[in-house]
Amino acid sequence: MSENSERRVVSVIVINEASVLSRITDLFSGRGYNITSLTVAPIPDSKYSRLTIVTSGSIRVIEQITKQLHKLIPVLRVYEHSDIVEKEMALVKFPITENITDINTLCEAYNGKIVNVGDNVIIAMVADEPQRVENFLKAIKRYNPKEIVRSGAVALER
Amino acid sequence: MQISGAQMVIEALKCEGVDTVFGYPGGAIMNVYDEIYKQESFEHILTRHEQAAVHAAEGYAKSSGKVGVAMITSGPGFTNAVTGLADAYMDSIPLVVISGQVPMSLIGTDAFQEIDAVGISRSCTKHNYLVTDAADLPRVLKEAFYIAASGRPGPVHVDIPKDVTAQIEEFDYDIKLELETYKPHVKGNPRQIKKAIEAMAKAKRPLFYLGGGIINANAAYEVRDLVHRTGIPAVETFMARGVLSYDDELLIGMLGMHGSYASNMAMSETDLVIALGARFDDRVTGKLSEFAKNAGVIHVDIDPASISKLVNADYPIVGDVKNVVNEMLNLCDSIKSEKYEAWRENVNNFNELHPLTFHEDSERIKPQWVIKRVGELLGDDANITTDVGQHQMWTGQFYPFTRPRQFTSSGGLGTMGFGFPAAMGVKAASPDKTSINFTGDGSILMNVQELMTAVEKKLPVINIILNNNYLGMVRQWQTLFYDKRHAETDLSVQPDFVKLSEAFGGIGYRVHTKEEFDAALKDAVEKNIVAFIEVIVHRMENVMPMVPAGGSLFNMMLLEKKGSK
Repeated sequence: MSENSERRVVSVIVINEASVLSRITDLFSGRGYNITSLTVAPIPDSKYSRLTIVTSGSIRVIEQITKQLHKLIPVLRVYEHSDIVEKEMALVKFPITENITDINTLCEAYNGKIVNVGDNVIIAMVADEPQRVENFLKAIKRYNPKEIVRSGAVALER
Repeated sequence: MQISGAQMVIEALKCEGVDTVFGYPGGAIMNVYDEIYKQESFEHILTRHEQAAVHAAEGYAKSSGKVGVAMITSGPGFTNAVTGLADAYMDSIPLVVISGQVPMSLIGTDAFQEIDAVGISRSCTKHNYLVTDAADLPRVLKEAFYIAASGRPGPVHVDIPKDVTAQIEEFDYDIKLELETYKPHVKGNPRQIKKAIEAMAKAKRPLFYLGGGIINANAAYEVRDLVHRTGIPAVETFMARGVLSYDDELLIGMLGMHGSYASNMAMSETDLVIALGARFDDRVTGKLSEFAKNAGVIHVDIDPASISKLVNADYPIVGDVKNVVNEMLNLCDSIKSEKYEAWRENVNNFNELHPLTFHEDSERIKPQWVIKRVGELLGDDANITTDVGQHQMWTGQFYPFTRPRQFTSSGGLGTMGFGFPAAMGVKAASPDKTSINFTGDGSILMNVQELMTAVEKKLPVINIILNNNYLGMVRQWQTLFYDKRHAETDLSVQPDFVKLSEAFGGIGYRVHTKEEFDAALKDAVEKNIVAFIEVIVHRMENVMPMVPAGGSLFNMMLLEKKGSK
């Protein structure tokens, strides 16, 4: 990634069939492209699934990625996005001993809340732009999070 | 009709008009072979190794223009075939390769001869299928043939578990394919074509860069027309040999690592590259940043991903090259051939300055002579295949090709052992032509077992072994770039090639002189049986000229002038 590598979001509509996901990921690994995150779920009331892939590379590499993806037989469409709404979710587990009010306030600032309180831990959820989720995860470091899970980004063109 | 999965395979091949299948039976594919035993619609050619079955199918496909078919069993049968799949993938050869798989109930249990075949073939096929229900078989097979042959052609692998070949279902091949996610772009954009023609008319030093896609598209004669009507000179890639006839005045030669000086200089000096069905391979371009540095680029290709992959195209045209060239022919009257007179002369001067040639040796035959000589003796009457190495490059340089599909070689993958089985496939497809395989003492041993197939099936391939007792191409690089440390390339210990051929029922010749060679070739052609002609050639001959890997096309190592050593 020497020449001006930048973060890009690519959406791929594929026929929902066996091994279609490995066709996509094999293509990325086989041709040396990056996958920062990948989400996939069926599109309601259709035989298709939608993948959202966050990747990085120069303009030439991104162009190759979209073309190579399109060459795969079960791929219906490839969108390389510029103007998009993008969201990501994160779940974080905190010890019950941490300040719940503080955590809740922080979560609310990032479109989230506390979603579960157990005997030993609480679980908080946020859903926001990937960069803001990043910021949130930095901010909650001092509350000693025990486990963090991120969903990867999903995106829609404006 | 209600038939078994195995019968469906046979019926589908019949519907596709397949007349030859190359293969090797085994446990998981036995149901299909049982049906092969009962049928008469195609001939099955039993190779002696699965890799050879796929290479033979490639040779068949290349020579006939049809889809080649190979059949193999699961596990090792399949893994042996992978090199063939990869080879066909790299050179865009249409194949349908059908493999057996362990029964569905055993998949994932590490059963005997089980391997995740579609997992392996995914990255070296155009598409693949694991068929889990015989009801899907007619559609899958029909799709497989369609996908293999359409768009940018390539191999399609169909993996069928043993119980699926036994399952009885309804067979109807008269189905309409609905591939909404696969629609190859055949027709070029008319506006782009018009712009390209304008650029050609405006250019001072335009150059056709002809690739193997022209042969796949059956567009060679249209391209010849376009070249002649515009008067624009042309270079060919190794894969495009035969698009123009060797004696065409507008053909400068082959370009690339072992291309002619004139071809590479023309590419370096041109102001407009007109790439037709070529993919700017690293063996063609040399150092990318120096490749056709001052030129605009028109790039016609059916594969959008090939355009602007390595070299930016100023006039990208996605489409079938035959279609696009026909459109160009309708518009090309605006291009005046006289305009390029000086440029053509310039190019001819390059050829006079450093012509493609070699120095004869009084003691030993030079390998290049052998290739030229076969060209003189057989010329158009021979179909040519090669293995991989020095002999392959010399064939590209020196054989006088006159027609498309005359030449079959492993270009992209560079598979040693390709030539002999491919030549069998070529012979099966084109029995009227003499099938010559130029090979080396290294390559021939990589599928030498096919002597048995060729003898049994009466596929009289003439293998001309240019024996320099070296793995010649690697030896050449060691000589030039590794300070003559010839690591593991000395093949002094060798079988008796004459006896080897005879042991299988073929014929063998060992040749030291030009006279002996002429006599051996004549005899082999007349006897019309499988032959090894072992030619003892000069040991240290290098393929020249040469662009060292990563170097610029205009910076070639040239043949030393005679007597300067």
